[in-house]
Amino acid sequence: MEKSLSFREFIITRLIQASGYSAILFVALIFFFLLKESLPTLGEVDLTSLFNFRWYPIENYFGILPLLTGSLIITLGAALIAVPLGLGTAIYISEIAPRWMREILKPLVELLGGLPSVVLGFLGILLVSPFLRIFLDLPTGLTAFTGSLLLGGIAVPTIVSVAEDALDAVPRAYREGAWALGATHWQTIWRVTLPAAKSGVLTAIMLGIGRAIGETMTVMMVTGNAPVLALSLGNLFSPVRTMTATIAAEMGEVANGSTHYHVLFFIGIVLFLISLIVNIIASSVVFRAKKRAERILS
Amino acid sequence: MNKISIQNLSLQYSDGTESLRNVSMDIRQNAVTVLFGPAGGGKSTLLRCLNRLNDLTEVKSSSGQVLIDGKNILDPKLDVVALRRRVGMVFARPVPLPLSIRDNVTYGLEMAGEKNRIKLDEAVERSLKLAAIWDEVKDRLDDPAIALSGGQQQRVCLARVLALQPEIILLDEPTSGLDPISTGKVEAALQELKKSYTIILAPHSIQQAARTADYAAFFLQGDLIEYDEGKKIFTSPKEKRTEDYIMGRFG
Repeated sequence: MEKSLSFREFIITRLIQASGYSAILFVALIFFFLLKESLPTLGEVDLTSLFNFRWYPIENYFGILPLLTGSLIITLGAALIAVPLGLGTAIYISEIAPRWMREILKPLVELLGGLPSVVLGFLGILLVSPFLRIFLDLPTGLTAFTGSLLLGGIAVPTIVSVAEDALDAVPRAYREGAWALGATHWQTIWRVTLPAAKSGVLTAIMLGIGRAIGETMTVMMVTGNAPVLALSLGNLFSPVRTMTATIAAEMGEVANGSTHYHVLFFIGIVLFLISLIVNIIASSVVFRAKKRAERILS
Repeated sequence: MNKISIQNLSLQYSDGTESLRNVSMDIRQNAVTVLFGPAGGGKSTLLRCLNRLNDLTEVKSSSGQVLIDGKNILDPKLDVVALRRRVGMVFARPVPLPLSIRDNVTYGLEMAGEKNRIKLDEAVERSLKLAAIWDEVKDRLDDPAIALSGGQQQRVCLARVLALQPEIILLDEPTSGLDPISTGKVEAALQELKKSYTIILAPHSIQQAARTADYAAFFLQGDLIEYDEGKKIFTSPKEKRTEDYIMGRFG
């Protein structure tokens, strides 16, 4: 009897262990697959033409800089829109809104987060881009800015949801301490609650930006997909093409094993590295903040 | 002299818990008034009425008046922030901010808009001395306040309140997490402080109530049962229920 119990324990422990290791295994496998398919690029295209500003795969120009800058400018724009809006909403829901309002807003925001990005893309094509074209008097409404707006919309629910949880987790004693010292509501939010929730708020921002960088469908639909080098903020109002959209749009038509095929995988590696770096920065910031929080609470 | 006059104060929370029922009492200036009784009796609620901290909780209904220097502080038009600077509060758990000792003490003043470095430094020394912790921390004012022991943290929190030079100090079980030595230091500080402040204390034990009280009020389930000089209440209470509680028959 006792033996079968310990055997069951053994099996369950091992199963849980295996599912934990599988996460690492899958990431490693993905990475090696990407590496295997993309490494030939370095033999077929030299680095100077790879990091160049002309992306005409049919004529064997594989400069990925326009795609890189396209992704960056859209993400930057999205972050500029989503971070203030998301944090503002989170602060409102957690600190200012009356209870009944909170109970309506939080599920609504989370519902927004579950919206398929294709649907947002539709809205972008049918509503946002014509509006921008007419309102800003542009030759086309399919611009980086349109993409930023929609990506911002995609990142906001993530930021709100995670940041609101972080703010909500700040002990009530912190707020009461500040109020009892004669701090105004805003001083309490800005100088006590937000700093105390800093690690969670930073995680929220990083997760939101991470979602924006990786988003494919919406940007493919609304950014015009012209691989133009975007160097200044002025490029916000012209069409761009992102790395994700390039892979999604061209992978289906490319000859298996060709240079073009390899370069697309190389772009995949670059994306992978970027999101890895974002994650490492996020977790190191969070880790530091967490260690400090533990010191405070111990 | 009476500093605070509580008149027919009733309060009920939205979830129907701890509340006050028609409480009336006058609180003397320059004395320690102790509110004691079993948990859920309304002590914290009463303290939180005095600095309007209850504004931020879900209150179902409240009525009555609280006069400080003859002025009703429950008036909705009252400047609550100014009130809280006059009526300081120390909580059960010390919550030092993740700042240096010095910055913890000047925090309230800085939020009130005080920028003069000399005035701030004076306030730091004065309030740390009043809270009986100056000698222990004067050489390390720039160390993080979190590095201090629990008892020291609590006295820094007291100093943080004193820095604002309030008129009234509310203490809600200020020594519940402290060792006997730190508790003794805080209690000694209170005896010193009452010379210039009005102090209202909700102690965490009946012994502390008996040690510190100039005046004592016994609360039971939202009712003020008995209110008298500390000596009288703890030696010869008039009410049976007060006596039972003091003798440890319940609660």
